[in-house]
Amino acid sequence: MNILVCISNVPDTTSKINFKENNTAFDTQGVQFIINPNDEFGLTRAIWLQQKLGAKVTVVTVGDLSCEPILKKCLAIGADKAIRIDVKPQDGLQVASCLASICKKTEYDLVITGRESIDYNGGMVGGILAAQLKIPYLANCIQLELEGSNINLQREIDGGKENLTASLPIVIGAQKGLVEEKDLIIPNMRGIMQARQKPLEIVAPETTICYSLVQNFEKPEEKGPVKLVDAEDIDGLIDLLENEAKVL
Amino acid sequence: MAVIVFIESQEGVIKKAGLEVASYGRSIADAQGLKLIGVGFNIKDPLVLELYGLDQLCNIDTQEDSFFDVERYSSSIAKIVEKENASIVVISASADARYLGPILSVKVDAAYVSNVVELPSQYGPLKVKRSCFTNKAFNETQSEKKCTLISLSSNSFGLKEKSGTMKVTSETYSDSQSSLKVSSLDKITDKVSIADADIVVSGGRGLKGPENWHLIEDLAEVLGAATACSKPVSDMGWRSHSEHVGQTGKPVASNLYIAIGVSGAIQHLAGINSSKIKVVINNDPEAPFFKAADYGIVGDAFEVIPKLIEKLKARNL
Repeated sequence: MNILVCISNVPDTTSKINFKENNTAFDTQGVQFIINPNDEFGLTRAIWLQQKLGAKVTVVTVGDLSCEPILKKCLAIGADKAIRIDVKPQDGLQVASCLASICKKTEYDLVITGRESIDYNGGMVGGILAAQLKIPYLANCIQLELEGSNINLQREIDGGKENLTASLPIVIGAQKGLVEEKDLIIPNMRGIMQARQKPLEIVAPETTICYSLVQNFEKPEEKGPVKLVDAEDIDGLIDLLENEAKVL
Repeated sequence: MAVIVFIESQEGVIKKAGLEVASYGRSIADAQGLKLIGVGFNIKDPLVLELYGLDQLCNIDTQEDSFFDVERYSSSIAKIVEKENASIVVISASADARYLGPILSVKVDAAYVSNVVELPSQYGPLKVKRSCFTNKAFNETQSEKKCTLISLSSNSFGLKEKSGTMKVTSETYSDSQSSLKVSSLDKITDKVSIADADIVVSGGRGLKGPENWHLIEDLAEVLGAATACSKPVSDMGWRSHSEHVGQTGKPVASNLYIAIGVSGAIQHLAGINSSKIKVVINNDPEAPFFKAADYGIVGDAFEVIPKLIEKLKARNL
């Protein structure tokens, strides 16, 4: 079984967000980059399938040289092989199209993307990739169990869960719930040493088409100070919410 | 040429998100001098849409199949988008809509722009503001395609009435197939979901344990609110993951967000930033949440919340 896990290089969740070049580019100075959390849940699930069924796990990212540290971390976590598609993508469609070209060269039974990246928040790569490959996609995937070539899945929906079945191949959008936070694998020394021997292939993009362009960024307006209400004055709080904020 | 909006419903009743995309679509249609067409599935009460400016509703009867089938839904909508030569398609930010959007965008060869928070600032090429970095920033995105598919952030535009006359047509349900099939739903029916809620009441570690969650639930009940929690609370298993709000959890865009015993880590604040009014109740005056909130009480939740519940109950009588 071949699994492809698509990884996005994103700023750490605690990062302060700043922009440069007249607000047209993200300022990476002092920012730590991590594996996109949704992708890491997916990678962990893939490693479990590797351990249980001997599946081969390939990780791929679309990005420049600065993305390699997170690919090496994926190899240290346990992925067998890494691919970097060497282009700085403009939008989610371009990312998905680059990934699709990889999937056309090698057949993957299961393709895992994260539900969304925490930087661009497009939430589109998995769905577009699957639609381009004409295979099914399951978003917000919180459970995945294999039974031969059939697969039982769960999707988180607004106010509940949906149970589904499908046959391979499929693309899923991973999120927390697929594995838990405590299940995430921290690379050990052996993993880090082994990662050095594993292949990291750099390929040129087959397409540079994009459908949308980011023009500029802005940060939300600074908000005013909090209005404090005395802990004894519950009526005062209700009055403010009802008559000033008008939300009750 | 037309503007097309996806009108979501639940058991035939149109959801608030459906009315919001209709309102938003109407404004675009007016600015562009285009017809506004809604596409809905199994809608039983279409008349309300006339109040929100729809010129036409294509109502699709899915017959015996009552589940959301993303393949058949997206193909059905795609057919109408092509027939009407739509330049703009608008969907909500519900879990189903965000699932459908990217797939539909491929079927109609459109640029897909999600998390949109305003009307387009220009047309031809279309330019629109969207949120990114989990609400820590915005960007302006320009569509490079003739057709643009917009996913509108919930509660960002609101409902705007504009009466007109609407015709209802019935369209056929696409028989496009994939191997992916819904077998059953586990729906929590007696509770308001975070996505649909006007008010969200959220609890953090300050509540000390799951046994104290009746405070959150009672307050939510009297307010008709959804319940939520911070990341540590769901990681410790006090509450289900489906309640976790924040950067890696669910986003919240309610009118009122009440955080109780939540310190306000940057990841949590990012996830709830789109809520209009934020209230914090915490015994630590240094908690970062006070910097992000509109109203705050420095006090013991175990004393403040029962009093708040009592006062709200008395007010409701």
